[in-house]
Amino acid sequence: MSQATTIKRAGGLGAGLADYAPTYGALAALVLLFLFNSLFTPNFFDVNNFRNILLQVATTVLVATGMTLVIATGGIDLSVGAVMAIASAVVASSLGLGVLPAVLLALAVALGAGLFNGALISGFRIQPIIVTLALLISGRGVAQVINDGKIVLVGDESFKALGQGRLFGAPVQVLVMLLVVAAAIFVMRATSFGRYVSAVGGNEAAARLAGVRVHRTKIAVYAISGLLAGVAGVIETARQGASDAPNMGLNIELDAIAATVVGGTPLTGGRATVVGTLVGALIMQVITTGFVMNGISYAWSLVIKAAIIIVAVYIQRPKLA
Amino acid sequence: MSEPLLRMEGITKVFSGAVALDGVSLSLERGEVHALVGENGAGKSTLIKIMTGAYRRDGGRVWLEGREVDFRSPEDAQEAGVVAVYQEVNLLAYRTVAENIFLGREPRRFGLVDWKKMNAGARAILDRLGLEVDPEATLGSLNIALRQMVAIARGVSFGAKVVVLDEPTSSLTEHEVSILYGVIRRLKGEGAAVVYISHRFDELYAVCDRVTVLRDGKLVGTRALEGLERIDLVCLMLGKQRDELRREGATAFGHKGREEAEAPLLRAENLTRGRKLDGVSLEAGRGEIVGMAGLLGSGRTETARAVFGADPLEEGAVFLEGQRLELDSPRDAISAGLAFLSEDRKAEGIIPELSVRENLTLAALPQLTKLGVVSRAEQEQIVEKFMKRLGIKASSADQKIRELSGGNQQKVLLARWLCKNPKFLILDEPTRGIDIGAKGEIQSLINELAESGLGVLMISSELEELVEGSSRVLVMRDGKCVAELRGAEISQDSIIHAMAEGGAESEAKGSEA
Repeated sequence: MSQATTIKRAGGLGAGLADYAPTYGALAALVLLFLFNSLFTPNFFDVNNFRNILLQVATTVLVATGMTLVIATGGIDLSVGAVMAIASAVVASSLGLGVLPAVLLALAVALGAGLFNGALISGFRIQPIIVTLALLISGRGVAQVINDGKIVLVGDESFKALGQGRLFGAPVQVLVMLLVVAAAIFVMRATSFGRYVSAVGGNEAAARLAGVRVHRTKIAVYAISGLLAGVAGVIETARQGASDAPNMGLNIELDAIAATVVGGTPLTGGRATVVGTLVGALIMQVITTGFVMNGISYAWSLVIKAAIIIVAVYIQRPKLA
Repeated sequence: MSEPLLRMEGITKVFSGAVALDGVSLSLERGEVHALVGENGAGKSTLIKIMTGAYRRDGGRVWLEGREVDFRSPEDAQEAGVVAVYQEVNLLAYRTVAENIFLGREPRRFGLVDWKKMNAGARAILDRLGLEVDPEATLGSLNIALRQMVAIARGVSFGAKVVVLDEPTSSLTEHEVSILYGVIRRLKGEGAAVVYISHRFDELYAVCDRVTVLRDGKLVGTRALEGLERIDLVCLMLGKQRDELRREGATAFGHKGREEAEAPLLRAENLTRGRKLDGVSLEAGRGEIVGMAGLLGSGRTETARAVFGADPLEEGAVFLEGQRLELDSPRDAISAGLAFLSEDRKAEGIIPELSVRENLTLAALPQLTKLGVVSRAEQEQIVEKFMKRLGIKASSADQKIRELSGGNQQKVLLARWLCKNPKFLILDEPTRGIDIGAKGEIQSLINELAESGLGVLMISSELEELVEGSSRVLVMRDGKCVAELRGAEISQDSIIHAMAEGGAESEAKGSEA
């Protein structure tokens, strides 16, 4: 109670640069990796390769964008991979209704799963990691039940176009990804909802006293995270031409958290950088691609990724305010 | 005559450059209940933590029964017989009472826990303290008071000579408090010393023999409670001399606010929440600054939070302009036209990572937003206007609020409310912890706001501020509003009297104790 604390004022150039280190640090790392690979990795600097990288990163970015909003409120969503599997199973088993109804149904179920997470976390004050871990465990089971324990193949060509087709020369899922990222940037920068997300994560008590609807904000971010996981699940099903419940979106929650953290959104919440998350996901993918193209074992790229995560978190460690 | 049980001399503690304790001394006699009091930041907790080994001291010496000691950890202190029992009991909820009492040194037989011996031992200790608790009951099934008693029993089982009770009654009912008093008297009878930290004067006078007063990390003095008038105790805590109470002109308040005969702007009736808020009623008119005084824990902040809908009430109602408010959350209060500046700027005010602009407009966003999108032009207009009007010093509106000085942070938080044109402003310690320049500016701003017709409830620990700023002063004590001072009655002297003795109605009760 009477513990004396001194308030250190961050000031001067050093602090100013340090403040930007998370965002621009990640961007600088991406540029360096890109240049390095362009110079030393054969065939890296190639339009087809770029398209491949974007293709491979699209689902992770979709999921990580939702994760970024959740983490900005100080929460976490471990259930995204399981929600992808559920959405995949739902869309694959309901394609008989037509492509649009099946996709909408899958997205509605995914949104519902997110709302369920948010309601438990906000309404009953259960820790986010527990609630979403429960769905991580049970969700994949539900998806397998829907698929009757089998891999369900999808033959509908117009559906498969969602994951294999092109629009204006660009892969559909890359366009979806860019659209979602752009929308998320707009929401965080220009809307009151974006402001509330940062406020709730930054200081929940203060936000409540300023009239922010804390519950509603929290429920909303988990709902958004669920919905985006659903989008990712549908796209991934279309790309693979099958719904493989045990493997759909497996471990993607970890990639999404890693992309978010490397991008500069602190796990403690209070700040979100959607661009950073995109950059973070790209860094991870460029490392993997670079290793594979150089014929180095994929296993080594995991070690490098781990090192990058540690360094990113170290750079952003909370400064004494 | 003889060496005291525990003696601390010249204790000093520095936290990253800030002096928390400056040469404080304390001595405890055998069979004594010793009160430790002081306002926020006085250093009570720090002193206790040094006494019980949780902190290492930076200077000074400690003797226990005449032997010099230097506790390196709470376990060290416990072994020597110095034990602290904190508000939140640190025991295992899913284990039995006996297990908790003997945790870490269970009696053993052939390497296994000897349950019979342990339960019997626990029984004996509980009996000694006069507690009717089953040693085999699960701790979590007991109420908070009994859990606290079990924590004390654990301390006693170590052969504790010094037991520290840190705000032991804050979550207890009247009946539970009497159980605690019984335990304290037994400990005292056995020759132990009890250090008792509490904000409630009635309790201090009921159980304590002597009192040590700390202020701003320094020792003010140690007195026998018998014969010490409450008013003198309050003067010691606040650092006032009784004959010096009429000083004036130290604040930037000029106007005293109008006292209106018309219907009050805000009326609160019978606000009740446990023992923290015990039937508080108040009224405030347009253009009036109503001051609220009281020591720490007297129910000042609780009153403010209740009026603002921040804490649920058991009973009571709040009316604004004659309309009863539905107070389920601060949001309801805000939309009715109330505003609340919390006393804890860091924990309940600023959003540290957000900019000055974002912090300033947080409460006003609903008005600045169309279809969910914040209007940049309107936002900029408001930010510019209020940064200028309140003289907020920041490199730009983009600067993070955590980088600002305390005074400038406070101005941003005031602006957060003012830009919403509230009808009634609740200010909890509006000038605490900010530099003298910003303090004067905020005081004259409050004045100006009242002149323009706002109603203001101003809670303050600074008596000068209350005396010079308010047209009426309400004085709180033990969750009750014990006095209302008007006009010429308002002086530091009368406020301190009311804080200590609790006004006319409880005068009789006070002198009895």
